[in-house]
Amino acid sequence: MLNSSSGSGAFRRRGLLGLVGAIGLAALVAGCSTSPSADTASAGYTAPAKDLSAEITYGLWDQTQVAAIDANIKEFNKVYPDIKVNVNVTPWDSYWPKLQTQASSNTLPDLFWMNGPNFQTYGGAGKIEPITSEVSAGAIDPANYPQALDDLYTIDGTQYGVPKDFDTIGLWYNKAIFEKAGVDLPTASWTWDDFDSAASAISKALKKDGIYGAGGGMDGQTTYYDTIFQAGGSVISGDGKTSGYDSAASQKGISFWTDLIASGGSPTIQQLTDTPAIQWFTSGKLGMLWSGSWSRTAVAESSIAKDANVAPLPTGEKQATVIHGVSNVVAASSKNKAAAQALQVFLASKEAQQQQGDMGAVIPAFNGTQQTFVDSQPGVDLQVFIDATKYAQPYPVSKNTAAWAALETTILPDAFSGATPVADATKDLADQMNGLLAKE
Amino acid sequence: MTNSTTRTRLVPPNAAAPRVRRGGAAARRDGFWPWLFVLPLLSGIGVFYLWPIAQTAYFSFTEWGVFGGATWTGIANYTRLFADPQLYSALGNTLLYTAIVLLGIPIAVYIASLLNMPGLRFASFYRVLFFLPYVAMPTAVAMVWRIIFNGDFGILNYVLSFVGIDGPYWTSTPGFAMFAVAIVGLWSSFGFSMIILGAGLKNIPPELYEAAELDGATPWRRFRSVTVPLLTPSIFFVMIITIISSFQLFDLLYALLGSTNPILPKSMSLVYFFYSQGFVSNDKGYAAAIAMVIFVIIGIVTLLQFRLQKRWVNND
Repeated sequence: MLNSSSGSGAFRRRGLLGLVGAIGLAALVAGCSTSPSADTASAGYTAPAKDLSAEITYGLWDQTQVAAIDANIKEFNKVYPDIKVNVNVTPWDSYWPKLQTQASSNTLPDLFWMNGPNFQTYGGAGKIEPITSEVSAGAIDPANYPQALDDLYTIDGTQYGVPKDFDTIGLWYNKAIFEKAGVDLPTASWTWDDFDSAASAISKALKKDGIYGAGGGMDGQTTYYDTIFQAGGSVISGDGKTSGYDSAASQKGISFWTDLIASGGSPTIQQLTDTPAIQWFTSGKLGMLWSGSWSRTAVAESSIAKDANVAPLPTGEKQATVIHGVSNVVAASSKNKAAAQALQVFLASKEAQQQQGDMGAVIPAFNGTQQTFVDSQPGVDLQVFIDATKYAQPYPVSKNTAAWAALETTILPDAFSGATPVADATKDLADQMNGLLAKE
Repeated sequence: MTNSTTRTRLVPPNAAAPRVRRGGAAARRDGFWPWLFVLPLLSGIGVFYLWPIAQTAYFSFTEWGVFGGATWTGIANYTRLFADPQLYSALGNTLLYTAIVLLGIPIAVYIASLLNMPGLRFASFYRVLFFLPYVAMPTAVAMVWRIIFNGDFGILNYVLSFVGIDGPYWTSTPGFAMFAVAIVGLWSSFGFSMIILGAGLKNIPPELYEAAELDGATPWRRFRSVTVPLLTPSIFFVMIITIISSFQLFDLLYALLGSTNPILPKSMSLVYFFYSQGFVSNDKGYAAAIAMVIFVIIGIVTLLQFRLQKRWVNND
């Protein structure tokens, strides 16, 4: 709980899924010994010779996924026995400052994890090797991964990263609270109005127990990016040059949360700051929670596990959710690029990603490898998160995402608390964001 | 001490120069040898302190991209910085924090002298108790205090509810958050001040107390006229250290409020301001300018204290 309450990055929480990883270890050793990647690696492209001898580093931030990655590397070494892969884990909080220093001195790990908000900073500065050659040789096929994830790691038509895993957002709910309040359970056809009236009804009926209808982390990924997309708005224009916050649709996406809090359907911003929404939910004090697929572990380990289920997010003007996922990228400065690319290609294969999924590390990105995740918690409709890829939109980013993301957390809370009218806050945010984007 | 007597003896009798000059003369005569002995220390200071300070000073006049490549922009960072309201709010917050933490010193003086009373049993045990918060990790301390300060389910508000007070959301209300952080800061730096002051108390000759007692001084009078004046050098030292570390407030704030706390922009300290510009927004040249301003402010405050100390610190 320490991780999610300090909450410095939604992307890290996905790692909680990895806790089940150890269980799969025994099964894996028996199940995956058929040297799956030999055909992929020998299928042309500039695949290095099998006796290539090199030592490369694979940089990542999530310790809980290391078991699955070690298993991947073991398979990789069956093809390339002389490539030694050192897995280098740096905790989330220091991963990015460290990576920045390494990029400045051209000492990046040969292969490393990249996320959406940071990708263009590195891709735009030429620090990452494009995957063009691997794609044109047929070693990697972008069509195997959700379109939105390919787009996330593409600049001007050139793709730089291979999707490794993904997460989408869903509506977690507590059946017991719905029954107690006498409200109908969420369905896939729910609209914003259905959601709002259910949230208010629960808050009203169970006020004496201190139970609220709904809430979210009040960060972009799990809450207002989703509603902005559902309202038909945008956070940033397609070319990454202008802010989308001053459009009427985007303002509706923000008002969704202001209205929810004002109606009493959700705890206030202060309440959600002192006690994060996921804790309200897992303590049985919240009827519905907007959160990602990564919350599965936290929910499964909580006392409300047997009452929890998940539904698609309610529909506004249209159905939408944010999708985000980590990708593997090769450093442009790598001295062992051939070996690093061989590993990148291997990790992109269906077999490697299936292995990741089977070990419970993550939801793998390769289409059709997600069944293990879906089956991981009987009684909970986890298929929702997989189906969401059909209408998911990429996490909004630009060259220096962090700069304007900091503005969001400065300006929007005043709108959510009702201190500033939504129209003023979004106008202010759009103006300042456009100023920053002009400098990129 | 033998060194200084040797040196005095070697000085020719006609050299009635002031003490300072004499030291200078000695240094000249000793040549490079003394420097050789301090070289290991000096090189460490040079590489890890002086050179980075010079570098930071240089970068504060540049616009520095995410991956290096600084371009000279003159005083642009500074003109922008002094027009930035965030600087003044961060400075105000830092001063407020420092002022509250400084309140811990009088309390520490009082507690330290109580612990120093002759015949007090379990004195070491109490000392350990008071010192523990200082050695505890700030992050761990912050985690515990977050639970205490929690608005809906916190212990503090629960206790307040018994006396009919509806407690605020301590760490998520702009006015209260800085107080909450400062109270924890006071609590965790208190032990350090107390140990230093306790050592200072041990240096006060017991004869003075005996003499005062014979003269009929009450315990309060003895505390005021013997303990406090003779303790001023220790108090001065503790003050300098406390002020410098208060100006560097970062980890406690970061861990107690959380990096996603919506009131953070209104409750930033100077160093947090530096961090957010340099490491969150990737504006490293601007961050370097902030760092230089912090450096200069701490320098001025410390210098002022050394100037003012002559008026109240008893160095005899």
